Order: sequence, then C-alpha cells, then structure tokens
Amino acid sequence: MAAEFAPLSARRLLVLGGIGLILAGMIFGDIFAVFVLHQNAARVGESLAAATQAALAGDSAGVLANFGSVGGFLENRGTKVDTHAHMIGFGYLALMLAVVQPWIALGERSRKRLAALFLFGAVLLPVGVFLIHYVGLVYSPLESIGWASIFADLGGFFVLVAAAVFLWGLWRHFSDAARPAVRDALLAEHNAASRLLLTGGVLLILAGFVHGAWYAAADLYRHETTDYNLLSQMAAGAAARDAAAVNKALGEYGQLQGEKGVNIAAHAHVIEFGLLAILLAFFQPYVDLRDVWRRRWAGVLLLGSLLLPVCVLLELRYGLLAGGFADSGGLLVIVALFAMWIGIVRYTGELDAAPGGAAGKTGGAR
Amino acid sequence: MSGARRLLILGGLALVIWGMGYGLWYAVFAEHQALDGIGASLATGFAGAAKHDGAAAQAALTRYREVKYVYDRQVDIHSHWIGLAMLLIVLGIAYERVALGERLRYLLALGLVLGAVIFPLGVLLQTLSHGAGPRAVTVLGAGLVIGALGGMALGFARGPRFYRGGRTAS
Repeated sequence: MAAEFAPLSARRLLVLGGIGLILAGMIFGDIFAVFVLHQNAARVGESLAAATQAALAGDSAGVLANFGSVGGFLENRGTKVDTHAHMIGFGYLALMLAVVQPWIALGERSRKRLAALFLFGAVLLPVGVFLIHYVGLVYSPLESIGWASIFADLGGFFVLVAAAVFLWGLWRHFSDAARPAVRDALLAEHNAASRLLLTGGVLLILAGFVHGAWYAAADLYRHETTDYNLLSQMAAGAAARDAAAVNKALGEYGQLQGEKGVNIAAHAHVIEFGLLAILLAFFQPYVDLRDVWRRRWAGVLLLGSLLLPVCVLLELRYGLLAGGFADSGGLLVIVALFAMWIGIVRYTGELDAAPGGAAGKTGGAR
Repeated sequence: MSGARRLLILGGLALVIWGMGYGLWYAVFAEHQALDGIGASLATGFAGAAKHDGAAAQAALTRYREVKYVYDRQVDIHSHWIGLAMLLIVLGIAYERVALGERLRYLLALGLVLGAVIFPLGVLLQTLSHGAGPRAVTVLGAGLVIGALGGMALGFARGPRFYRGGRTAS
C-alpha cells in the first residue's frame, strides 16, 4: 500500500490534490451561499421588478437597462456556481484516477506528469471561470469570448487530455493478456469507517435519484410552464398598464424561482455528497487516525451530507433558519473532510520518515 | 477483475471523456449564444410591452421559452453524463463488495451503464422533439439507474461477511 503512495507519486498527487480541490470548492461554495447567493437573487428580483415597472410606465429604455443588470447578476451567479461545481467535480475525478493508478499501464514518470497536468487544468478552469465576470471582453481577440473564458477552456482541455491518456493507459493494461495481475493493497483493506462511508454514500445517491425522478415527474414541466405563464402575465399586464396583475405575477415568479432553486440544490448536493462518501471510503486506510476517530469523522461527514440537502428543501417553509442549518451541514462536511485530509498528510509524513522512505514501509495506517 | 467491474469502470471512463467533450463543445459553441438569446428575448418581450405591442412581447417570450428549454436541458445533459460516469467508476471500484450472485451483479452493472447512457440521451432528444418518445427514453434511463442502484445498495448492505474474502481482483 505504501509503495503506491511514494513521495510525489501520481497517486499521492491526485489524492492530496483531489481532496484539496474538493475542500477549496466547498469552502468557496459555503462563502458563496452565505455572502453572495441570497443577495444576488434579491438583486435579480429587484432588477426584474424594476424592468416590469419600467414596462408598466412605457419606458423602453428603462426595460433594457434593467434587463442588462439582470444579465450581469445572472452571469455573476452562474460563473460562481460553475467555479464551485467544477472545482469539486475535478476533485472527485482526481480521487477516482488515484484509485485506478495501479491499473494504468504507463511509466511512473508519465503518470506523475499527467497527474500534474490534470491538477493544473483542474485549477486553471475554475479560476478562469471565476474571472469571466470581472475580466469580460477586455483585450479579447474574439467577439464574444474573453481571455478568462479562453484560459478556462484551456484548463478544461488539459484535464481532457490527461483523462484521455489515463484512459489509454487503462486500455493498454486490460488489452494486454500477458500483463501480470495487479494486486492493490489499498482496495483490499476494509475497515469500519470504509463500510460506513460506502453504505451511507450509496444510500445518499439513491435518495438523490429518487428525489430527482420525483421532481422531474411532478414539478419540472409545471415549473417550466408556470415560468413562461408568469412572464407572459407580467408582459401582458405591463402592456395593459395593469399594475395589480404585474405585481401579483412578480410575487409568484419570485416564489417559483425559490421553489426550483431549492429542489435542484438538494438533488445535486445529496448525490455529490454520496459520491464523495464512497470515494473517501477507498482512502480510509491512508487516514492516519485512530479507528474510533476515523468512524467519528465518517459519521460527521454523512450527517452533514444529509443535513444540508434536507435543510435546503426546508428553506421554502422555514426560510433563513433552515438556510442556516443547511450551511452548518456544509460546514460539518468541510470539517470532516479536512480532518481526513490531515490524517492522510500525517500518513505521508510517517511514510517519508520511515527508514527507506515509502517503499520501505509495508504496513497500513493505524 | 470481474466482467461486471470492468464494464462499470471502462464504461464510466468512456462516459467521462464523452461528457467532457460534450461540455467543451457546449461551452464554446452553445452556452454563450443561448445565454445571449435568453437575455435578448426577455428584454425584447418587456420592451414590446412598454410600447403596448402585445404581439411582439408574446413572440419574444415564446422565443425565450424555447431557448431556455434547450439551455436547461443542455446543462442537465453535461452534468448528468459526467456525474453518472463518476458513479459508474466508483461503484466499479467498490463492486467486489456487492454481495450478490455473479449473474445478478453483471445485470445490475449492465443496467446502470445503459441507464447512465440512455437517461441523458433522452434529455438530449427532448431538445430535438417535444413528443412523448424522448420522455419515455428518459424515464427508461432513470428507471434503469434507480433500479440498478437499489440492487447495488442491497448488495452493499448485506455486510462484510458476504464479501468475497475482501480480495482484490486483478
């Protein structure tokens, strides 16, 4: 197990980099949720209301100006959601690539370089996406795509190339019948924390899929139709100078956006946390903490993973109180993940300090 | 390595590449255009309302509805293909711990791989046709994913004494 986790090996780079990306993405997401999301939604609502009032007053220029503001706020929100989602998504992918390293038929040096390229792209893309809103089209050689977008796409390209070459290495392994069987001690080792994370993770994902299917069947098309109908009512009310109809439609439109938002957020988060729990189950042997603490941190992670989506769904009924609990759930996940990351860093230190380095140590973590 | 495990891992990796390729195409050729279309049609609709031009407003909002319908689905396709691909890989890696018969394990893996491909494909088809066919494909894909996942959860829940000796296959 230790030999595959040698200093600056592809697996070590991908494990530590992957968890680091997930942590950074989650911290960014929590900051975004607390300081940006609700304020931004309020500004979008205010601008939409102002645009409708301008239409009511027959002020075409006012309509266009306010919709310009809505576009800006939505781009601001969209790029931050993308930053959060891609950082975490690439972190998950890094952990998966770390698991399959022993089956990738490439030299260690090539795998190390590919891991570095992957992590570089995985950082470049979200940073580029984050900057899109602020850089805009300044000095851009293209009509509608700015430099931040170009670098974000370049980051995505690096990730794509690295993932494709890893896939090719995997194909080389399995297509060569003469290649000796690989035995990976990491996957052979089971402990209570791994079992807890694995079972809890699959149940979280199942819950997320069932919720998603229920939402798609019961609410998705109704929400889409209502969205269009309410906008039509606003426009028709404004054309007819009917302020009461416009205000009524505006109020319902805000409520609809909230309903859509919490359902999508709950669905996405419960599945992502389930996937994270399963991925972390594989690396528990590397978490150099006592068994009881590994179980506790696994429990904290699962508790936070359930608390966040459930409280997000309750936001419609209980407002900011439920929102506060949801943010606490996110914080529990972050703390548990950080504790596991520290445990893995402790393991690397122990390996590197052992006589002969990583290769000289054959045992697992405590 | 068992056939089921190989199917899940290789299917997942192929789907990751496919999903990322789709995302790259979408980001370069579709996303900005769609967002511009959504913003422009909304603004045109309300500007029409300001000029008492109900017909122009309605036409612009209909355009908004069509562009938004496609945009929402394109985002869903990208995220679900990659998300499901990741799920295939991680479950493939842990698949030796699913304590069920070999044939059932293979069928569950096949169901999950097919569902992971078909479900977003159905959503993609919805952008081409608003009929019942694409929705039926989506429902079939989602059903396969949920059914297979339920079976696997049962396999994981049967406990470590059913593990195949905690062995690591090659």
